[in-house]
Amino acid sequence: MSGPGRRVPLTGDNPAFRRALIGFVLVVSAIVIVAPLVAIFAQAFSLGVDVFAKTVGDPDTQHAILLTVVTALIVVPVNTVFGLAAAWAITKFDFPGRRFLLVLIEIPFSISPIVAGVAYLFVYGLQGLLGPTLQDAEIKVIFALPGIVLASMFVTAPFVARELIPLMQAQGRDLEEAATSLGAGGWRTFLSVTVPNVRWALLYGVVLCNARVMGEFGAVSIVSGSIRGQTNTLPLHVELLYHDYNTVGAFAAASVLTVVAIVTLVAKLLIERRGAGRSPQAVSPADQPALIKRAA
Amino acid sequence: MSRRVLPGLPLTLGITLLYVSIIVLLPLGALVFKAASLGFYDYWRIVSSPRAVASYRVTVLAALAATAFNLVFGFALAWVLVRYRFPGRRLLDAIVDLPFALPTAVAGIALTALFAPNGWFGMLLAPLGISVAYTITGIMVAMCFTSLPFIVRSVQPVLEDLDTALEEAAQTLGARDGTIFRQVMLPLLTPALLAGVSLAFARSLGEFGAIIFIAGNQPFETEITSLLVFIRLEEFDYPAAAAIASVMLIIAIVMLAVINILQARSLRYMARAR
Repeated sequence: MSGPGRRVPLTGDNPAFRRALIGFVLVVSAIVIVAPLVAIFAQAFSLGVDVFAKTVGDPDTQHAILLTVVTALIVVPVNTVFGLAAAWAITKFDFPGRRFLLVLIEIPFSISPIVAGVAYLFVYGLQGLLGPTLQDAEIKVIFALPGIVLASMFVTAPFVARELIPLMQAQGRDLEEAATSLGAGGWRTFLSVTVPNVRWALLYGVVLCNARVMGEFGAVSIVSGSIRGQTNTLPLHVELLYHDYNTVGAFAAASVLTVVAIVTLVAKLLIERRGAGRSPQAVSPADQPALIKRAA
Repeated sequence: MSRRVLPGLPLTLGITLLYVSIIVLLPLGALVFKAASLGFYDYWRIVSSPRAVASYRVTVLAALAATAFNLVFGFALAWVLVRYRFPGRRLLDAIVDLPFALPTAVAGIALTALFAPNGWFGMLLAPLGISVAYTITGIMVAMCFTSLPFIVRSVQPVLEDLDTALEEAAQTLGARDGTIFRQVMLPLLTPALLAGVSLAFARSLGEFGAIIFIAGNQPFETEITSLLVFIRLEEFDYPAAAAIASVMLIIAIVMLAVINILQARSLRYMARAR
């Protein structure tokens, strides 16, 4: 590992080069990453705290916040159960098509949210496969909460599974096998052996999944219809206010989502410090195969 | 295999397959079915219409430019985070993930506010005759923002694991920094860079929320493909939406295959580097 206090200067350790590169990175980061963050709060409070409070307290904004929270409360637990089940099946057993199943789980990650939204329209919409049947049964999926929930589930399906699979793969099966050989049942083994071992990765997956559900825009904007006070999630409400030329309102609503994002980053930092170790594959699955292969 | 078999395969595999089928495969299948039911002639007419082709061009060009920028900046960022110690390093490391945590629509309006002619950056650029908001440059800026973490987080772990003995050996043999970088380090980092680049490029191709606010959304000029799909839907032109969305789906699947191959190669390189 390269680290501080090395005696031998490494490539790029020339002081002038080093200072220039750090300067370049800090300046560009300030422009690309920090400035948007500052701009959101600057705009949100540009007309004072009162106007900010009024926008956030507006019934339509309140409803959008509620809808976003309700969606997250449904989607996150479901995707957590799915992530745990998928990770258990994929890492604790050998069966043909394991690798393929892994790719299937990752599909939503590489598909545009717009494509996801359109795809859901062609299942549950009036012109979709199940649309006429649903209409006869008077079940509303598209332009209603179920559509928002389903589209959010698609977009965030891999989030928890992707955190758990590399870690559980690396941890192997020995502990679980020991537990069952000592007479513990499947659930007992899962709850007292597996879950404690992966708790930080699990929590991290849940936090990321939640952030993405609350922020999802493209897929939800297609299936929700953005009906004010009814099917308008918070990100859609941001767009609506923005197009109403209510810039301050849009940024006030956006600042609520920004706080969620900042809490997510802080949670990530705390979780990493909690001994889960660095988990770069959390954001990019780049070295996931490495862990899988190492464990195999 | 004489190993003890753990319980729970039918239950967990059952949940997994059921969920993947309903949530992932059913909608994508419905989309493919809808697009396929158009027939070849109609399908081709829609996906090769001048407006659709112009949208592919805008999307791909902006995504290429954004990826090229992020290749340089993301690599520099990963390098600085791994190799140097300076005040604020941990904070910088944490905020690299902001584009992943921040909702795309929020990023979109924030970048628009910055780069609009009366925004903080727009005001500085206007006298130079550079306009970013409502041009293809704006699309590129939005793509840069949303796809930056991919390259940083792909390269960072490989850079951390890079054996410094290789550099020291090269130094002992009299190689200079530039040579060591090009001949020793870059070959080892290339697979991770490529994996990051393909992830960032794929993300940029599909990005929607961050772009539509900052792009002018003028057909043929600043209209991205995902917006065109959205517009066709709003016009109730479902066959066209299905056809163009299916093109995006095919490209996403090709990118997924490329990413998987590159990651497999990246892993072989990492194994060899150890």
